[in-house]
Amino acid sequence: MVDLVDIIDPVYILTVLFFVLALRWMSRPETARNGIVYAGAAMLVATLITFLTPGLGNFALMGIALAVGGGIGWYAARKVAMTDMPQMVAIYNGMGGGAAGAVAAVELLNANIGTGSATLSVVAGIIGAVSFAGSLIAFLKLQGWMRAKPLTFPGQQPVNLGVLGLAVVFGVLLLVHPVPSGLALFFALALGFGFLMALPIGGADMPVVISLFNALTGIAVAMDGFALTNYAMVVAGTLVGAAGSMLTILMARAMNRSIGNVLFGAFGATEEEGATIQGSMKSIEADDVAVMMAYAQKVIIAPGYGMAVAQAQHKVKELMDVLESKGVQVKFAIHPVAGRMPGHMNVLLAEAGVPYDRLLDRDEVNPEFPSADVVLVIGANDVVNPAARRAGSPLQGMPILDVDGAKNVIVLKRGQGKGFAGVENDLFYKDNARMLYGDAQATVGKLVQALKKT
Amino acid sequence: MISPEVWAAIYIGVLAAFTGFEVIGRVPVLLHTPLMSGSNFIHGIILVGAMVALGTATTTLQQALGFVAVLMGAMNVTGGYAVTERILEMFKRSKGKEG
Repeated sequence: MVDLVDIIDPVYILTVLFFVLALRWMSRPETARNGIVYAGAAMLVATLITFLTPGLGNFALMGIALAVGGGIGWYAARKVAMTDMPQMVAIYNGMGGGAAGAVAAVELLNANIGTGSATLSVVAGIIGAVSFAGSLIAFLKLQGWMRAKPLTFPGQQPVNLGVLGLAVVFGVLLLVHPVPSGLALFFALALGFGFLMALPIGGADMPVVISLFNALTGIAVAMDGFALTNYAMVVAGTLVGAAGSMLTILMARAMNRSIGNVLFGAFGATEEEGATIQGSMKSIEADDVAVMMAYAQKVIIAPGYGMAVAQAQHKVKELMDVLESKGVQVKFAIHPVAGRMPGHMNVLLAEAGVPYDRLLDRDEVNPEFPSADVVLVIGANDVVNPAARRAGSPLQGMPILDVDGAKNVIVLKRGQGKGFAGVENDLFYKDNARMLYGDAQATVGKLVQALKKT
Repeated sequence: MISPEVWAAIYIGVLAAFTGFEVIGRVPVLLHTPLMSGSNFIHGIILVGAMVALGTATTTLQQALGFVAVLMGAMNVTGGYAVTERILEMFKRSKGKEG
């Protein structure tokens, strides 16, 4: 006779199989959407089948936690604006890390836990807690509830290392003397290290850091899986740990920065001294820009976070169409980290119907700027800041779009504020640059109207 | 001595890690964000472990921690799914227009 319990593992095996396939599908634009749907179905089945686990109780509590947690997670993710997605990824990753830490804590409170499981739970606990605390800081910074600028203090790295070292020491002590007060101290130290680790990381580096915490949560889940001998958790966790590490490296490479530099560089924290900017900001009206573009040979559009905030991508597509109808060549310059996450601009422009082949990445487009008559910078700031080429600037070394090489640079901007990194932009003061103030969507709309009249 | 079960688990882990690296190998920058979000959803499998932890909890402290674990795990799962789905929705729509 087949026992119901015997179908749990076969279902788990199918679940992880679908997770692998889902990641594979998500690596290609055409199949990406199927990937998440199948992974979702697999997750639902795995969750349901877990109720059959022998010896389970506390169903009332479980039901409440599932309904409340699941409800909040779903509702918040559906409700937030598309531009806030990066911080949503951060907070949900933090939830996963917190859950992994809490599961480890429950295990460590078991009186009859073996040494092997206890060791694995300590590792899962420390990684999970660090991921939780770090992701929380990342969320607060991206959400703007906390200063995005790096927070540094003297002796920061020795202090951080010290806290981590203490957490490890208390973790080892727990294996010898498992007492609840020791457990509390252990988790407090691990959480503390997570907070401290994320504080010196600036806003511009956040995508890389979120990706790193994502990989860490995966590893914590795998460790919990080993401790609980749940192989679905082992495989899915390791899969995310490996895929997430790979992604972290790819993202850092796209920004031309090393992981160590991101974590310990305190990007944007250095105070620049004596670098006064020459020249002044000169503004321009939409009608003049329209005339300038109508008689141009080549126009390059460099979008940034401002385009996302203003939801201007559809107007930008219209602008492209009307320019092309006048025989003007239009290209898009996509910086890998324009917006708040890699691929942010690609997704928005694809949504508006801009063909993929018009989107050129940084290395492709940089040689083209000198031959461009007009470059339209739409709500981008740090990624076009020539200060990155100057020694001593906080942005130094960051690869940028060399828009200042074009004949005319028009900067669409809401106000005179600074970019996410909090650095003054030299570009705005250049002789070939003009500022076109206003909401990006409204301004691009005006440009389209003016162009239709010319 | 390390038991055969532990070795088997380590074999599984090594193969899963290799699979993870392979699958991500060379993805276009365009897909970095959805993939990060998608893998963020997949580690929501912690919910299964959280349910077992809460389901087998005996003391009040264990129940409280297990409750928090299920709560957070459930948020990871539903939120991670909805975010990924919303990001990928944009690809689908643009495909439709072109085709």
